Amino acid sequence: DDPDVSSAWLSFWHCQQATDPAQPCRRTALAQPLTLLNVHRHLKLMGAPLVTEVAEDPEKVSTVHLQLGLPLVFILSQKETYEADRRTAEFVAWQLLGKAGVALLSRDLVDLNVLHRSNVALKTPEEGMPIQYLVLEDTDEVITLVEDKSKVKQIQEDEQEEEEEEDEDEIENNNQDIQDDQVVEAVSRDKKRELPLEQILVLTEENFRSSLSEAVRTVVLFYASWEAVSLAVLRSYSEVAAHLKGTPGVLLSRVNCWDWPGLCSQENVTQFPTIKIYKEGQQSVTYDGMWGTEELSSFILLSRVSCPVKLATMDEAEGYLRGEFPPELSSHHHTSLLGVFSTATSEAREAFEEAGSILSGHIRMGMYFEDDALALSQKYSVSPPALLLGRSGGRSVEGIALSKHSVQDMVQMIRYELLDIFPEITVPNLPQYLQLRKPFLILFSAGDISQMESREMLKLAKGRPQQAFVACWLNLKKTPVGHGILRMYFSTTPSLPVLLWVNLHAGGQVFKFPSEEPITEMNILSWLEKLQAGLEIPSSTLSEEDWKPPLPAYDFLQMMEPSVPELSPQTSPHPGDTPEQHPPKSPGGDAAGGDGAIREEASQGSTAEEVGSPGRDLRGTAPRLAARDKQGRRHSEL
Amino acid sequence: LGLALYAGSLCAVSGATFVYHDYCVIGAGPAGLQAAYFLQQAGRDYIVFERSHAPGSFFALYPRHRKLISINKQYTGKSNSEFNLRHDWNSLLSHDRRLLFRRYSRDFFPNADTMVRYLEDFASLLKLRVQYNTAIIHVTLEENEQAWNGHYFLLTDQDRKNYKCSSLLVAAGMWVPNVVNFPGSEYVEGYETVSINPEDFAGQTVLILGRGNSAFETAENILGVTNFIHMVSRSRVRLSWATHYVGDLRAINNGLLDTYQLKSLDGLLEGDLEDLAIVKDKKGKLHITLRFYLENRNISAGIDSITLPQDELDNFATRAPYDRVIRCLGWKFDFSIYNRSLRMVPGKGNIKKYPQIKPSYESRGTRGLFVLGTASHSVDFRKSAGGFIHGFRYTTRAVHRLLENRHHGVPWPSTVYPITQLTNSIIKRVNEASGLYQMFSVLADIILLRENATAFEYLEEYPIGVLAELEMQTGRKARNGLFVIIMEYGRNFSGADKDVFYYNRAVGEAQHAWQSNFLHPVIYYYKHLPTEREMRLRPPDWPLPRPDAIHHIVEDFLTDWTAPNAHILPLRRFLENCLSTDLRSFFAESCFLFAFTHQKLPPFCQQGYVRMQGLVGSQELRHHAVQAGLLQDYTHTDFSGDRPPDSHDGSQEQLMRDHAIPVHPLQHLVNAKDE
Repeated sequence: DDPDVSSAWLSFWHCQQATDPAQPCRRTALAQPLTLLNVHRHLKLMGAPLVTEVAEDPEKVSTVHLQLGLPLVFILSQKETYEADRRTAEFVAWQLLGKAGVALLSRDLVDLNVLHRSNVALKTPEEGMPIQYLVLEDTDEVITLVEDKSKVKQIQEDEQEEEEEEDEDEIENNNQDIQDDQVVEAVSRDKKRELPLEQILVLTEENFRSSLSEAVRTVVLFYASWEAVSLAVLRSYSEVAAHLKGTPGVLLSRVNCWDWPGLCSQENVTQFPTIKIYKEGQQSVTYDGMWGTEELSSFILLSRVSCPVKLATMDEAEGYLRGEFPPELSSHHHTSLLGVFSTATSEAREAFEEAGSILSGHIRMGMYFEDDALALSQKYSVSPPALLLGRSGGRSVEGIALSKHSVQDMVQMIRYELLDIFPEITVPNLPQYLQLRKPFLILFSAGDISQMESREMLKLAKGRPQQAFVACWLNLKKTPVGHGILRMYFSTTPSLPVLLWVNLHAGGQVFKFPSEEPITEMNILSWLEKLQAGLEIPSSTLSEEDWKPPLPAYDFLQMMEPSVPELSPQTSPHPGDTPEQHPPKSPGGDAAGGDGAIREEASQGSTAEEVGSPGRDLRGTAPRLAARDKQGRRHSEL
Repeated sequence: LGLALYAGSLCAVSGATFVYHDYCVIGAGPAGLQAAYFLQQAGRDYIVFERSHAPGSFFALYPRHRKLISINKQYTGKSNSEFNLRHDWNSLLSHDRRLLFRRYSRDFFPNADTMVRYLEDFASLLKLRVQYNTAIIHVTLEENEQAWNGHYFLLTDQDRKNYKCSSLLVAAGMWVPNVVNFPGSEYVEGYETVSINPEDFAGQTVLILGRGNSAFETAENILGVTNFIHMVSRSRVRLSWATHYVGDLRAINNGLLDTYQLKSLDGLLEGDLEDLAIVKDKKGKLHITLRFYLENRNISAGIDSITLPQDELDNFATRAPYDRVIRCLGWKFDFSIYNRSLRMVPGKGNIKKYPQIKPSYESRGTRGLFVLGTASHSVDFRKSAGGFIHGFRYTTRAVHRLLENRHHGVPWPSTVYPITQLTNSIIKRVNEASGLYQMFSVLADIILLRENATAFEYLEEYPIGVLAELEMQTGRKARNGLFVIIMEYGRNFSGADKDVFYYNRAVGEAQHAWQSNFLHPVIYYYKHLPTEREMRLRPPDWPLPRPDAIHHIVEDFLTDWTAPNAHILPLRRFLENCLSTDLRSFFAESCFLFAFTHQKLPPFCQQGYVRMQGLVGSQELRHHAVQAGLLQDYTHTDFSGDRPPDSHDGSQEQLMRDHAIPVHPLQHLVNAKDE
């Protein structure tokens, strides 16, 4: 009785409840395959009351839904809100029709030993499962809760089926040989695509020196053609090449260290990938930023001017702060950083220059030390040595007195000054803020944040200059991975925007700002006070777990022991010193290779081979390849 | 430092005049020149003594038929210079690319004259300090507490000139012919002097004593013109392609095996040469008999009075008389020049032709005396390549590094890497390193882990025989465990009597890698440096004691171990499990997610992304990762109506599965507060 799903379906039309004959009746389609059992079940469910009212201990309640293996949702009601709760229950019941039952439980009649704030309870059909009491904010959360439950169940069932299948097929059951490195797998899957590398010069031991002397500036990517991370970077690099095509004075090139190991070690390249920028007569600069197309392009473009660039006149200095000078960089909207020094402050100036060479490529840095330096700096009410920070095209210029003269301090300070007060957190910029090692007060927003939120948050951030936290926001549209974060915190995406306090570095608690309260500086501050006082309960806590090996390795030592008796630990001088360095294997995964020979024999129709000579030729591997294809979990390759 | 003042200067000690050098090298053959190169590069005070007027005097004579059996591969399809050295068995190591043997000869098996020319160029282009026409005829010790090793080495040459050194490197090679004495051995011609002109053998019947490459090389030369050749030796023939030892009979010389097995009159016999006797008849023909028959007889009494085996056994195999008997029994080390105080004694058993040395190549009898080159082959005789140029060029470098550490405080060269580079650094080396490949099971790369396994130190080509002494010998610390990377053949694959072409001889699957037969990388993991005792008690035929864990990278037909799933993935899992960490690489987006959802980050994110070197990845790559279920795509998440995302599917959680927040947030609420 295999149903043909495409040609027939069954719906239950709820015309009995229809109040207005002009309106079409509601209907509920049967979601399962059209089998006798399913039809019976569906009809039974449709016949059950939409909302059951209960006045007893929910543990004892049983309805047709539970009997049919579906969950039952209790809406916890009070006398005062009965009408509203009843409407909510009915609304939810319609949504869940056929998937779960809905009951209205009156708290006044039953003595429930649960949180007063709880408004929903969930009872699952499994025997012995405790009832979950929850505080939910809207009806969608209820629906999600039920649907996710059933999905999880579905998945588990699927997995079980799969596992059974695997057992039957005698396939590796612990998946050790399935790639779980996202970068390696992505690069493998992309290997057949031809990369547009025409713009990138291939350098070899023979032409390396001569090529460097041909261009003003040569960017060299050192990579290894077998190494996934460097191949991933090569892909971004090819995008950079397309992006920078036609930029004068910059030559993009690459060296495959698998072909030219001598050249790579001579250039001090010990790991892949490495990008260096060579300029005639100068020491090469090693790129130390994000391996992304934008970041790399910007680095290369910024590297074209010296860092810091010496400004000769007051006009140039002003133009520089506005972002108009030097012209090569006018298209780049970076903050302009200008060091102003009087002729007497050479120590600070040298440190600044040194800092410039460290920050080269990442930051626009200028330097002015003409006679009228004092006049320039006083315009921004500081006196040399000082830093001037020109943001947004010079519309706001901030003056900062330079007090520390060590290079390290200066680099640190410049980095710090360039951080935004209320930044939008993105994947590339998060590390800069992580380095502050402070908790995050972060507003997750579905898109751009509103004027009001922005204003209030900025006030909050600015109001406390030595603040103990990073105030920031995240645009889920621009940084969709934020959904993943929210899902980890709350299982479902809460209503947005949502303001969170995340203790990233100490304790890992996540607190959620009450959604009913408007996001204002005052509210946030009082909430933060409550947080500090320990009056709030964290919504979630970040996992403290160490990053352990995702899967066990082949235990060759164990496999070897039977055939190499002299290896057994008894002959080892320290018996009992054998480590338990292999994590426990999944049941049945023991001796995965040890009985490989037997397995192999079975799959080959029991050729009488000596034990310990597994399929060693193409014939031996052929059935496996086929099995893999069937699994469809691995890229196909020979 | 005081010693340096004497450098190269004459000084009078106990009446005699000495020229002093820190290092004296005996012999300007390949090993002596190789040692000289490293000493020169390090700026050390050294001198090489060569008895001849030019380097490589052995090669000026030998092999007699002038064909070297070391391969000189012109092409490998690769430009990797280190990899290509795996298939260049004649070049010495240097920075000068002109000194690659393929620039000297296009022959796969080059002529020995080319080797002589090459060695001359090596010495002159690199301006090595070689004193020619100086035969060291005596070496003795002078006790001195100030000396590096408690004594100086005093050397005397043929003109009674004296030299004094702190360290003596013996690279004199093996040039004393092995001679067997039996009645009638005076009729035997030596390989050293026998004619190499085939015409001299026309119509003759020849007996060759020995079964090595020189014996077969000699036979090969005259195979076509003799009546027949018989070859006699104690042991069965050892074919190099069965034993995987380059010193055994090579296919290029084995024509006689063909004619023997195809019954073209030539033949092989087994027998102890000590039992042999040769009798010359009146016509000058040589008859084989047994020493046994000669007892109480006088050979000079004439052939008629001597019993020949065929008198009793009329089908005795070598009953036919021979025109010539040629001895091709190889060479031994010249022990004669060393004073007894140096205790330069022969090894035991089948290595008695070599002087006794430790696995560090230092003499067992005398501290500060190192044996290099062919004479040092006792360490890996019949196993690896230490007796040949392509092997000892690396062991010589290892000895140099030991000396640099011991005498000059220069620790063994090493590179420190972050732990994220662990898999890569191993893959790079096993794919290109020539020293590991040639000196398999003898030289090993060592990875010393730093505290908390966040970084490691990589040392190349250390002699594993002295693994227990690693800290003392290298000046590096091994406190937090180590990996030892070597290459091995399968345990029961090699041997003179083994069938190396049996069906199913090659393993293809990573999970059976430990049964690999052909040369493949093996990684041993030790939590603590093995002790001397553990090294001594290691299983027989094992290069190392039982490790805490072991990994075999499955043998590869192309010797290219870069396959992501078959080679790199199992290696990564092994390393992860040894270190108890997660060594996967992640795109920046994953690190971003982890940074917000985990208090700790995997090493790749910690050492990359957090330091602002995250791997952003191109659109296509991220798309592939999503397709593979290893990265979740949130871009299509519909959040306009606060709706939960629908794109939830099972496989995407693979990454997060083990690392999910342990306390379900909603449960947390319930449990925390009971009102």
